Amino acid sequence: MSEIETILRRAAEQLPAAAPDLGERAEAEGLLDVAYASVDSPLGPLVVAATPRGLVRVAYTDRSPPDDVLAELARRVSPRVLEAPARLDGVRRELDEYFAGGRREFETPVDWSQLAGFTRKILRATARIRFGDTSTYAGVATKAGSPRAVRAAGNALGANPVPVVVPCHRVLRTGGALGGYAGGSERKEFLLRLEGVLT
Amino acid sequence: MSVKLPPFQAVLDEHRVDVYRFLVATAGPTDADDVFQETWIAALRAYPRLRRADNLRAWLLRIAHNKAIDAHRARGRRALPMAEPPEQPVAAPVADGRPELWEHVRELPSKQRTAVFCRAVLGMSYAELAALLDSSEEAARRNVHEGLKRLRRELSE
Repeated sequence: MSEIETILRRAAEQLPAAAPDLGERAEAEGLLDVAYASVDSPLGPLVVAATPRGLVRVAYTDRSPPDDVLAELARRVSPRVLEAPARLDGVRRELDEYFAGGRREFETPVDWSQLAGFTRKILRATARIRFGDTSTYAGVATKAGSPRAVRAAGNALGANPVPVVVPCHRVLRTGGALGGYAGGSERKEFLLRLEGVLT
Repeated sequence: MSVKLPPFQAVLDEHRVDVYRFLVATAGPTDADDVFQETWIAALRAYPRLRRADNLRAWLLRIAHNKAIDAHRARGRRALPMAEPPEQPVAAPVADGRPELWEHVRELPSKQRTAVFCRAVLGMSYAELAALLDSSEEAARRNVHEGLKRLRRELSE
């Protein structure tokens, strides 16, 4: 490498690196297909993501590492994925209020268009279970119009991309056993305790 | 079957500093922020249609190179009708090490300017540089050579 190249390389290291943020401009131009943000919660750090239509992901980062979550969103929704917390302000505030015990219902919209038919039906039925109530896998399957698809209902709930907001933790086994939870059964217990179902 | 594109944020995280420094050096500290946004918004717009993801750096710097030329032209147009010099001298350049060095770089023809930065600072191969400049490797090599020669001459004066 010649002397002048060395001079250029050294001088370039002194150039400012603090580039401006893109989120706001991308949103204004209609190019922010998926915005995401990190949120701290009593259940550990979460990654939340939304399209212009609504929420598409709430991920427990110990179960779903952020890189995997973002790669999956890039594949499933759009590669235009940017960290842009402004779009997530609403859901972040609602999550804070919910965990603090001051909120019983989420108003933030869910982007149902990203979910396939049966899963969408099951999760929509699940979204109607109120704070403090519970249902069963069979009950949710029946509400979704497929009373015999109990096992499939369990699978759909296990694949819920927006836990907490779509309260799959309110679905228990017939007979009262807790049943599984993609975030781990200790989280399901925590949420049911928060809602006064378990004491 | 389309390629698996990484989430755009990963591309931004990997290349934002290189692109920003390239623009401070070639478009100038005053225009760098605007041109940086123009560059990345254009990249974000085109991103889903990319058919390969193996040479993203050259792709991004090519967009930045073109946007820097646009800014250069716009600045020339704005500068012409000005009858009197501005009252304030041009804002003191941000602390960027050797401002006079980058002024010399900015006076190079656009391809030499880009070639010199990408080769000397980013360590690009001539193949990558050729892709960026849409030229042959030989032409890329010549742009680096001519640009460095001219810089050397101007710095020794």
